[in-house]
This record gives sequence, C-alpha cells and structure tokens, in this order.
Amino acid sequence: MGLVCALGNTVAECWSKLKAGESGIRPLSDPGDPPYRFQKGAQALAFSPEAHFTEKDLIVLERFAQFAAVAAREAVAQSGLEFRGALAEETAIVTGSSVGGQFSEEEGYIRLYKERNPRMPPLIIPRTMANAGASRISLEFGIYGPAYTVATACSSSNHAIGQAFWMIRNGQATAALTGGSEAVFAEGLLRAWEGMRIVTPDTCRPFSKDRKGLSLGEGGAMLVLENWDHAQARGAEILGEVVGFGMSSDAHHITQPTAEGPARAMRWALRDAGIGPEEIDYINAHGTGTLTNDVTETQAIRMVFSGTADSLPVSATKSMHGHTLGAAGAVEAIATLLALRHGFIPPTINFSEPDPACNLDVIHNVGRPAEIQTAISNTFAFGGLNAVLVLRKAEASFQHERI
Amino acid sequence: MAQTSEEQAGTDQLATQVIGVIAKTQRIPLETISIDSTFEQLKIDSLDGINIVFNLESEFGVNIPDDGVQNMKSVRDAVEGVRQLLEEKDRPVTPGAP
Repeated sequence: MGLVCALGNTVAECWSKLKAGESGIRPLSDPGDPPYRFQKGAQALAFSPEAHFTEKDLIVLERFAQFAAVAAREAVAQSGLEFRGALAEETAIVTGSSVGGQFSEEEGYIRLYKERNPRMPPLIIPRTMANAGASRISLEFGIYGPAYTVATACSSSNHAIGQAFWMIRNGQATAALTGGSEAVFAEGLLRAWEGMRIVTPDTCRPFSKDRKGLSLGEGGAMLVLENWDHAQARGAEILGEVVGFGMSSDAHHITQPTAEGPARAMRWALRDAGIGPEEIDYINAHGTGTLTNDVTETQAIRMVFSGTADSLPVSATKSMHGHTLGAAGAVEAIATLLALRHGFIPPTINFSEPDPACNLDVIHNVGRPAEIQTAISNTFAFGGLNAVLVLRKAEASFQHERI
Repeated sequence: MAQTSEEQAGTDQLATQVIGVIAKTQRIPLETISIDSTFEQLKIDSLDGINIVFNLESEFGVNIPDDGVQNMKSVRDAVEGVRQLLEEKDRPVTPGAP
C-alpha cells in the first residue's frame, strides 16, 4: 500500500494520525481573493515534490500525477514485486481521478483569456490528462500490461480498484497497481466547488447533527493487488484481501443521491464476495458530511444490514483526510485494510451530537479496538454512480477456503 | 396562483425582478410564478435552487450566505432574503464601528 494525503507522506504516518483521531483539515494555505466561503481543507502540506522528482520530471508531472507515482512507489517497495519478464506484461494499472491535472489547464486559460496570448506551452495536455498518473506508473516500473484510468467523480478509485480486482480474479492479470489520486486546490476548481454550496465553512462533521457539508482534500493512494496463489508462492507479506466489488446507478438526479442506489451497490458487492450482510464487521462510510449523503447512506445501510445495523460500527474517515474526490475510494480502502489488519476502527471526528436521521453505530471522536474480519468501504458519486468494495483481514482469508 | 395585472401593478419592483430571475433560470413562464409560490410547487429542487441563488447574486450584486441558500424554499423567501441583503448593503457604515 502507498498513501500521500493531509495526514502524511506514508501509510505509517497516515495510520498513526487516523488511529489518534487527528484532523488533517486545516486553514487553507491560500485563503483566496476574495476569500473562499470555506477557509479549511485537507491539503498535503508536508508533501514536497522536489523530494521525489527531478526538475525534468516536474516539467511533465502535475501534482495529482506526482501523488499517484509516490504512492505507487511506496506500495511497490512494500510488496517486494519486481516487474520483469512475464509479470511486466501481466500486471495491470487501473487508476481513478475525477478531473486530472487542473493547475496546468488553469495556467493555460489565464494565458489565453487574460493575457490574450494564444501560444500554449506544449505540455499542457500530457500534464492535464486524467491518465497521467497511470502512464507515469507504467513508465517508472516498466509495466507493459493493460493500463487505464477511470473517471467517476467521487467513486473513481473504488471503480478502479474493483476493475483491477476483477481482472486478477478472472485471470486477465497476475498483479495490478490500482488506486487513485486528485489535487483539487487549484483556484478555478475551488471556485467551482464554492458555487455548489456543499463545502462546509466549518469543518467536516459526518453524521453529526450540526454538519454543514464536506471538506475538500487531496492525495494519492495505491494498492498492489496480486493473485493470492502467486503471492503465497513467493512468500509475500499479505496485508489483506479484496473479496468483492459492487456497482450501481441511481438513475435519479445529477447531484442528489438516493438510498436505493447505494443499497443495490452494497448488495452486489456482498453477492460478489459470496457472503451475507451478517459477516460484515465494519463499514467505512462514504460519509462526506453533507446534509443529504449522510441521511441517504444511513437509510441504505439500514436497508442492507437490517439485522445488524444497530451495532454495526461505522466510521467516516473523511473527517480526518477530507474528501479526496477521485482518490477517496483508494484512501479509504487503505484506511479500512489498516483497520482490519490492526484490529482498530478509526473514528469519525468533529462529531458534536447525534442526528436521529443518521441512527447508526457511528464511532465518534475516539477510535475503537475491535477484532474485525470483513468490512465494506462505500463511495457514492455525483451522477448517482455507486461503487463498494468488500475487504477482508489477511488472517481471515488464510482460513477461508480458496475457491 | 397567477396574479392579475392589477395585483402585479401593486407588487413591489423587487419582487417582480426576483420572479423574473426565477422564471429565466427555470425557463418557465412568468405567469406561473406568484409571490406565494413555494419552490416545491414550482418543481424547483436543491440544484435548481443553487442556480437561482447564483443568478440572484449576479443580478443584485449581493452575497447570499449558505444558510440563506438552504432556507430558501419559496419565492417569498427569495424576495425577502434579497431585500434584506440590499438594505444591509445600502446601510451607511458608522465610522469607527467594528
């Protein structure tokens, strides 16, 4: 696993903050002129591009692609995999990003519309394209296998991880580098989010009665997925298992969610994993902290987990790392895998008081030690596109019969 | 309920302007909107509401805060909200006041 976000530059740094319930949502480094309606965000302030890339690299790599590459490096180093011979062709790369490289695009528009200079720097397109992260990963590691990028807004990286998982399970790939990255703190993009009126001027308080919206975040998160038998045969340290993936569409509204759509995605994920809802010990919620999502997600969870919802622990780690948009699924998959691995559920912080419409067992403010074996991680995107992963603790998978 | 031309003549200019913005944003006939219409009656959902707020802010040069957006559920809410913001804008600032 590899992770860069507001909580740190490595998986270990981020996990120690997640466990401790520390917030990565801080005053914006640039308050905007005029000031943005929201003055806080989860920026990866400790990330230094120069520490990871040469000047020449940085000519062609935008921030979101930098995040993807650095997270991939950590994941690959931890995996011990080398992409040589047949493995180089049998490894897939599937990344998620909702808008790709916005900084370069905005610089281009300033040049064109403000300065009336029609000559564009030639590298805007390779810097901006949403697949820049996937392509960089392929270049760095010499991976020749199938590689592509998925853009489904807030569900991008769950969709990406799900596709990579299916490719390995179907025998189309032996291994995969998969996850997502996003760098949202570009001025035009922030103004666009400001216009939607769903970014909180306060801080992110998922499921809390006084929540006022989401907090934006940035980062990159990558997993190395590998065929189980292949990993076992080489004595790899297995950190966890992806066991199921489900998707659905709301067919309702371009921004407003339903409960039925997310419920369908959760049911599909469980069916794909071959397990029933009673086997889920923890839910990492989409939990954006908006007035609507937290209610419809509660309803959806109660529809699917009707027998266990009263005591099924739920937490929304977006309260700490913010909403990382196209990276959210991957960031939260790592948080969930770490929770399973370490037997500890990170909290939903900034929680002031319960909302009767969000009547779930929300782990609030302080994390909880818990011997959890199997969990789901939800992402529900604008446009009604839902993607859910089922994840299992490695030890539980060892005991589970291999199909 | 549509207004008669006599009622419209008596309605203040601001309300007429706000109703005009709503009609233009939603692409619905002016006569379908009255001061008593709720957004629900006019089939204005929360995303439509944000578009209306954006156009009201541009039209009147005001800044509608987030809770104003969330609490705007009728034409009257919109008219009175804009009226209050315009009055605050025009209010003379006392020197030395915080």
